[in-house]
Amino acid sequence: MSAKANTNTLATKETYVKQQIQTSKKTKLKKALGYAAFVGPAILFFILIQIIPFFMGVYYSFTSWNGVSSAVEWVGLDNYVKIFTDDQKFFNSFLFTTKFMFAAVLISNIIGFGFALLLNAALKTKNILRTVFFIPNVIGGLLLGFIWQFIFVKGFASIGNMTDIGFFKLPWLGDEATAFWGIVIVFAWQISGYMMVIYIAALQGVDTSLLEAAKMDGATNWSLLTKIIIPLILPAFTICFFLTISMAFKIFDLNLSLTGGGPFNSTESVAINIYQEAFMNNRYGLGTAKSILFFIVVAVFTTLQVTFTKKKEVEA
Amino acid sequence: MNKGYTKGTFVLEIIAIMLALIFLVPFYFVLINSVKGFSEILIDAAALPKEILFSNYTKVWDILSFQDAFLNSLIITVFSIAGIVVISSMAAWKMVRTPGRLSKILFIFFVSAMVIPFQTVMIPLMKLGGTLGIMNSIPGIVIMYFGFGVSLSLFLYHGFVKTIPMEIEESARVDGCTQFGVFWRIVFPLLKPITVTVIILNTLWIWNDYLLPLLVLQDAELRTIPLATSSFFAQYTKQWDMGLAALVLGIAPIIVFFLFLQKHIIKGIAAGSIK
Repeated sequence: MSAKANTNTLATKETYVKQQIQTSKKTKLKKALGYAAFVGPAILFFILIQIIPFFMGVYYSFTSWNGVSSAVEWVGLDNYVKIFTDDQKFFNSFLFTTKFMFAAVLISNIIGFGFALLLNAALKTKNILRTVFFIPNVIGGLLLGFIWQFIFVKGFASIGNMTDIGFFKLPWLGDEATAFWGIVIVFAWQISGYMMVIYIAALQGVDTSLLEAAKMDGATNWSLLTKIIIPLILPAFTICFFLTISMAFKIFDLNLSLTGGGPFNSTESVAINIYQEAFMNNRYGLGTAKSILFFIVVAVFTTLQVTFTKKKEVEA
Repeated sequence: MNKGYTKGTFVLEIIAIMLALIFLVPFYFVLINSVKGFSEILIDAAALPKEILFSNYTKVWDILSFQDAFLNSLIITVFSIAGIVVISSMAAWKMVRTPGRLSKILFIFFVSAMVIPFQTVMIPLMKLGGTLGIMNSIPGIVIMYFGFGVSLSLFLYHGFVKTIPMEIEESARVDGCTQFGVFWRIVFPLLKPITVTVIILNTLWIWNDYLLPLLVLQDAELRTIPLATSSFFAQYTKQWDMGLAALVLGIAPIIVFFLFLQKHIIKGIAAGSIK
């Protein structure tokens, strides 16, 4: 092409270069348009529904907005000061949610992993069992909460009458301590099957010849589990802990329909507290301030956990 | 681990079956009591019903306007997911195929938003929704689901597109196919496995979602199944005869969906989580 250009006169060379620039501009524009056509809709909805409200929330958290009047008054850090110095109820809900998270994450992962180990054995009823353990997970939290309300109030009572076992005769949802464990039980019942599916997928990736070899060398089943299997599937633990932590921390539906936050607000999660502050008490400014703090805590928790377990993965 | 069916395996099998039965007990209670009269439930909730009463179901069906609630849930779920699939697959493909700083920044932008809890966005979103005139309407809530669903779905598609070779697309390009033609005729069919995962994860979430519909849909005729159920329980507290029938109706569609597609669902869930 350059040879051809050399034979041309200077003038035609100039128009040729101009044309080249124009066509390259045209293809650039065409490329940009193509990019916008494919990526644009996703960005549009994403920004409109998530990003703009997020930044609006940051702004409203510094105001006394009540959701109704158009006058939005700037109050600086007042909402945040109020939350930290004069809101025992919010503090209690944070405490409850944190305690709940630890209990729920541990128990649902232990059960989920246990089920996975069990179903990883060559059982004949493996597929049916997997289905059974997974079923509660397809039901939404709201309906699950209502179902278990019945189980705790009527079902447990009638099992208690039949068997005379103390466990079933507890007041469950009527007492602060047992109501806490009631929510943990329902959460574990819902989530363990999900965790099991992830752990099973990981266990199937473990090289069986490695286990055979260790067995030949006289390793016990327990040391096979702790020294070989668990280190090999650490990534699955990262995922499962990430999922359960964020689900437990954001608990709302299940909590609302099972206990409604009671008895005496003892089981009110942060998500319920925020919802009520904004939509029941009509203190939108305060509600958004709480929700921003909630965001910070969730972000810190999940990042810490992922970096911590990722580090373990590398060490292993 | 050990391939032979030994005594040990048999014992494990028995333990596993017992555990599964315990897992199913709540369903037993809900089902048998949903066909009992109110006083019979109070006397003994564990016993089988003396006679089967379907009147609980017919009464509750009308109170819930169950067919309307079911249709609303179905319409919202189907349209939301169709939109999420279209916008996130297109964006993910283009972003992977146009490497550069812009695509990288956008990807981080989409993914990092996944840590934002819904509660942080919901309060201002209600105001914005009012301004945009998308409150209290089904198309409005569908648009909101587009925005909330796009992060995870785009993330899943992004990971999958990277694994499909570019040669086929390039030869189609040479043959004069347009970008849209290449995407819809060649790329999208190749994305089928991850599309199944995206559909399943979003179905379980949107079908069961309670808080967003509660905030957005005020009219009684726009109620989804979770909304209809919660307003039923607010009105008829402790009336377990009808309450349990309402719960059975409420969980039936998603359980049937699960039982029909369970292989895909369990596989899809595992694939979606491991990414």
